[in-house]
Amino acid sequence: MKPRFNDVATVRSGLKNVNYLADDGIAGVVFLADRLGKPVLIEGPAGTGKTQLAKSVAELTGARLIRLQCYEGLDESKALYEWNYKKQLLRIQADKNSDSWSEIHDDIFSSEFLLARPLLEAITSEEPVVLLIDEVDRVELETEALLLEILSEYQVSIPELGTITAKQIPLVFLTSNNTRELSEALKRRCLYLHVDYPDLEREKEIVLNKVPDISENLADQIARIVRSIRQLDLKKAPSVSETLDWARTLMLLGIETIDAQEAKETLHILLKYQTDIAKAAKELSVTK
Amino acid sequence: MPVLDLMSGFIVELRNAGLPVSLTENLDAMEAVKVIPIEDRDAFKYALGATLVKNNAHWKVFETIFEVYFSLRGPEYAITQDGQPDDFWREMQEQMDQVKGQGEGKGSGGGMDSLTPEEINAMLMRALMSGDQAMMRALAKQSVQRFAGMEPGRPVGGTYYLYRTLRNLDLENMLQKLMDANRESSQQDLTSLEERLEKDEFESRIEQFKQEVESEIRRRLVADRGAEAMAKTLRKPLPEDVEFMHASRDEMQSLKKALYPLTRKLAARLARKRRHGRKGPLDFRNTVRHSLSYGGVPADPKFRYPRPAKPELMVVADISGSVAAFARFTLMFVYAIQNQFSKVRSFVFIDGIDEVTKYFKSTEDIGEAINRVNTEADVVWVDGHSDYGHAFEVFWERYGRDINSKTTVLLLGDARNNYHAAQSWVVKEIAKRARHVYWLNPEPKSYWNTGDSIVGEYGAHTDGVFECRNLRQLEGFVENLT
Ligand SMILES: Nc1ncnc2c1ncn2[C@@H]1O[C@H](COP(=O)(O)OP(=O)(O)O)[C@@H](O)[C@H]1O
Ligand SMILES: [Mg+2]
Repeated sequence: MKPRFNDVATVRSGLKNVNYLADDGIAGVVFLADRLGKPVLIEGPAGTGKTQLAKSVAELTGARLIRLQCYEGLDESKALYEWNYKKQLLRIQADKNSDSWSEIHDDIFSSEFLLARPLLEAITSEEPVVLLIDEVDRVELETEALLLEILSEYQVSIPELGTITAKQIPLVFLTSNNTRELSEALKRRCLYLHVDYPDLEREKEIVLNKVPDISENLADQIARIVRSIRQLDLKKAPSVSETLDWARTLMLLGIETIDAQEAKETLHILLKYQTDIAKAAKELSVTK
Repeated sequence: MPVLDLMSGFIVELRNAGLPVSLTENLDAMEAVKVIPIEDRDAFKYALGATLVKNNAHWKVFETIFEVYFSLRGPEYAITQDGQPDDFWREMQEQMDQVKGQGEGKGSGGGMDSLTPEEINAMLMRALMSGDQAMMRALAKQSVQRFAGMEPGRPVGGTYYLYRTLRNLDLENMLQKLMDANRESSQQDLTSLEERLEKDEFESRIEQFKQEVESEIRRRLVADRGAEAMAKTLRKPLPEDVEFMHASRDEMQSLKKALYPLTRKLAARLARKRRHGRKGPLDFRNTVRHSLSYGGVPADPKFRYPRPAKPELMVVADISGSVAAFARFTLMFVYAIQNQFSKVRSFVFIDGIDEVTKYFKSTEDIGEAINRVNTEADVVWVDGHSDYGHAFEVFWERYGRDINSKTTVLLLGDARNNYHAAQSWVVKEIAKRARHVYWLNPEPKSYWNTGDSIVGEYGAHTDGVFECRNLRQLEGFVENLT
């Protein structure tokens, strides 16, 4: 298959064109994923652009995004496929007397009675696809096993029907907020990308790109204050989405340069815990 | 050396350092280096990282080893007595001279030899002030060449050279100097917020410069000694393997950082386990759905899951000298997952004992609570040397009746009792009332029951004594506990 990107720099600039600010690590791993035909497991704190990366890569490559949102209790029938059992029952009842059981069996387990869920859908798609398996850490360890075949072979085995192999190798992204350790088996199959809070420059760029009409000066100040706050020992550091929320709030309030008072009054947008807010407020008003 | 040869040494070293690199991952890395040129060092590094490091806590170790094996090489990194200025430096000089104007007495082409340490220092200050990356890098290189005093074949570690270089640059006072200069040069007074932000910015630049110096030293050491020897001297335990009893300040920091993700994961795992612990009533819908594969016969019944009760926990910790760090981490750990228990009470002792539960109740900030435990708890009875026997006696007298069949008691310490009376009957009585009693010991097993350690005597009455030298072991224990 033809590679999607020429080099790492193209990935980076391409992503920038669709308003995603990547660093060398992010761009490098996306490039590699395409070249090696391997899925990417993205880990990192919430709100740092993991989900967005998959969406932006889809936009960049003009592929359709297929998303499997994981949750506790997600099973095969929601992730891979399900037999349309109501339809099957009807079929069985309709033909109770005429057909032999083996005939009925073959019939009801044909693709006509199959409901494709995101993973199967991604595999069978004719058009280019980016498959996003979002927040995979939320499913049980045992459920992870459902993913393994897709991730290594790009195929799905259906006992009653045989093996369905992908027509094209999709780019696959799995995200995890790190609430549990994923299995070794899953990690082995993936390239690993840890996305952390962006550095000052990148965060400023993100703010400039995502908040309409914001001035360079304000974006710079926001990024600096957020960096300082992240250095504190907090229960939960502000994420990029919180930085963006804060920037938008400041814009709404018509603030051009932030002073300590205004920072303090809007801290609850950046920080979620009362103890964190108190700590940051104290830090920001110190003289030395 | 060709890339592939470097790769095999590199991967061996990763494994030596404790990273679990599988065969598949090794092969993936080999594929990766085929599509990313080594000249693009950043992309190359991330490509190797993506294939070989699947746990962020291991990234630092990976980075160090990467630097050793794939650092820039070449004759310019040889350690020589008289450092020759290279072309880049000469160019830089010329530019500087032009900027400075001619009148300062330093003609172009003078090279670094003609610069006094004060002048280098002034240049560094200017570079840090303006955040000039290229200049900072060049200065790092030259400072090492000039100040580190590196000699070929000399068996000293990088820290020594780092120290020498930084001292010569007076980097300790740099932050203050930058702040002062900044205050002078700005038109109006800076608000305290602005000052704070400036300070953080300067700090980050200084840190960056330090790292440049460190890398430069490392590159030279690698050139001198070879990658393998160098990697060996730099080898450090992974955060989860750092011993509580011997952690340096830096290691403490990385331990603390590793603690919260660990507890978060553990909590999620435990919550899940609880939900799936036992079989409950039949799940009718689920059973019917699965029956279709059996032609409509409900051959594979599915069940709903009830929630088993959470245990009550009492932690009793020795917080004297050498085991203090262990007690601190265990308390942090326990309180970080306190939702997993129906109730947590904590007690600390040296030769006296005090309940500290209230400190954790009055704040959400575990770190702050731990600080109060260390400073406010009343734990000294006679001389401030561990006396397990006395502490246990008082514990039993005051709190013994609160222990019941739902309570799990954790006793923490090295059981070094300074030859006081053991009073191990207390542990026996606790064991009679409690659901479980466990002892966690931060010492290696081979030290147990040597000298004044009497962990065996106490342990005999418990449901088990566990070695808990590092986070890995602590996590393993807590997981089995709940
Ligand atoms: N590098 C980035 N470039 C552009 N926007 C970003 C970037 N990182 C985060 N964001 C923005 O931050 C928000 C949170 O991102 P999201 O992908 O939902 O986080 P995560 O999946 O890591 O929890 C989104 O609005 C996203 O657009
Ligand atoms: Mg997300």
